[in-house]
Amino acid sequence: MDNSKSRWRSIFPPILVIAVLLAVWELAVVWGRVPEWKLPAPSVIVAEAIAIWPRLMLHAGATVQLALIGFTGGAAAGFALAALLHLIPGARRAFYPLLVLSQNVPVVAIGPILTIWLGYGILPKLILVWLVCFFPVSVAMLSGLNDTDPVLRNYMRMIGASRQQQFWRLELPNAVTHLFSGLKIAASYAVLSAVVAEWIGADKGLGHFMLISSKGYQAASVFASVFLIVALSLTLFGIVALAEKLVVRWRPAKEAKKV
Amino acid sequence: MSKAQWALELKDVRKSFESRGGAKEVLGGISLSVRDGEFVSIIGPSGSGKTTLFQLIGGLAPLSGGEVWMDGRNTTGHRGHIAYMPQQASLMPWRTVRGNIELALQIAGIDRKQARAKATDWLARIELDAYADSYPHALSGGMQQRISFLRALLSPQPFMLLDEPFGALDALTRQQMQQWLLTIWEANRRSVLLVTHSIEEALLLSDRIIVLSAAPAVIVDEIVVPFARPRKESLWTDPQFNALKQQIYEQLHQPTV
Repeated sequence: MDNSKSRWRSIFPPILVIAVLLAVWELAVVWGRVPEWKLPAPSVIVAEAIAIWPRLMLHAGATVQLALIGFTGGAAAGFALAALLHLIPGARRAFYPLLVLSQNVPVVAIGPILTIWLGYGILPKLILVWLVCFFPVSVAMLSGLNDTDPVLRNYMRMIGASRQQQFWRLELPNAVTHLFSGLKIAASYAVLSAVVAEWIGADKGLGHFMLISSKGYQAASVFASVFLIVALSLTLFGIVALAEKLVVRWRPAKEAKKV
Repeated sequence: MSKAQWALELKDVRKSFESRGGAKEVLGGISLSVRDGEFVSIIGPSGSGKTTLFQLIGGLAPLSGGEVWMDGRNTTGHRGHIAYMPQQASLMPWRTVRGNIELALQIAGIDRKQARAKATDWLARIELDAYADSYPHALSGGMQQRISFLRALLSPQPFMLLDEPFGALDALTRQQMQQWLLTIWEANRRSVLLVTHSIEEALLLSDRIIVLSAAPAVIVDEIVVPFARPRKESLWTDPQFNALKQQIYEQLHQPTV
């Protein structure tokens, strides 16, 4: 009971703020007579979302597929790359600057080039999402692998653990919490980068739908897809956070603080 | 022929480190041996290179001279021949107590099932089975060290190195731990080399004590501890105990020769 009370206390303030914000928005639009094609009221957006729901879901399906495959592939690539750079002596130092450099090339610039090379299929869009997702995973993972407690490392060497055993039994489990923080960042980027990819060249997906809606001055449709994108992003993030809770069970429990 | 009865033999082990202005000698020719089932302690002033000596025995660092033999084989520079109990418990925080013991046994080459059975069996035998599924962060420092000791005791390597195992514990816990270790060791004799700062600890636990000098470390004295086993904590009231304590104390505090 005490627990549910404290949870309510932590959830209530943000809900209140969002509710007030929506109310102000609604009232401002109604009283200020803002034209609907400029800024629709929340109630209008909800009505629009219900009206176009089947179309919205169709496009959302394409975006979710792109984001999920992109996230999984990007995360796997990031994981593998980090392990390789860590295990091959000297590789980390040699390739790390390149890794950082790769993130400074704007996605918006790569997109059209990928389309020129690979056409309008799913592949160029997937590559774009991969590029966005692999980086936070590999960087977090690399720092996790490097962050191994020297006392534990010494112990493992003393009892004769091979390099492989040190990696699988010590360095990798130690990096798991870091890995998850990288995965969470990648998860929140995945849907966004999928939308950007669809912007650049697609015939379906929420990004594509937003683009044609805004060209037709259908602001309510644009906002409806924005809300949907936010919801999808949060969901993917939530799934990763949940997975972390299931995997990292050894972390000092919160109960310890209460006692 | 009788070579193999030595669990450990150090033959003129030397170590020096390169530094500005030439090499700094840390170990200046250490020769010692530990019999099968014997408990030997090394005691020396701080900075006498005891940790370096362990690194050499463990095969982690190259020797500047000499050889390390275990069980009649030359193991100089080879890892994996020792069971190790470090000063800090060094339990993997993501593994349970049982999981940590299993890990050490698996690395020593025991298969998973057997390792699990052995860990479970022994945790029950020393009445720690209530902690088998706890994670290390939930245990006190003393309890973590008990697990760390058990992990080393169960490892199949022929030789145990204990590196100041109680150095980080408070005085009271330390005393309890010494008594606890004494009881378990006397019931399950293994060849042990213990490094310690505490003269009492060395006298209470060992069959033999090796006194080292400050760097470059050489063996100053070797003392056979005359007390019969099983030993009791009340040993420290024995006049002979105090005489030996005084003797070692003086040897540790004499100026470097």
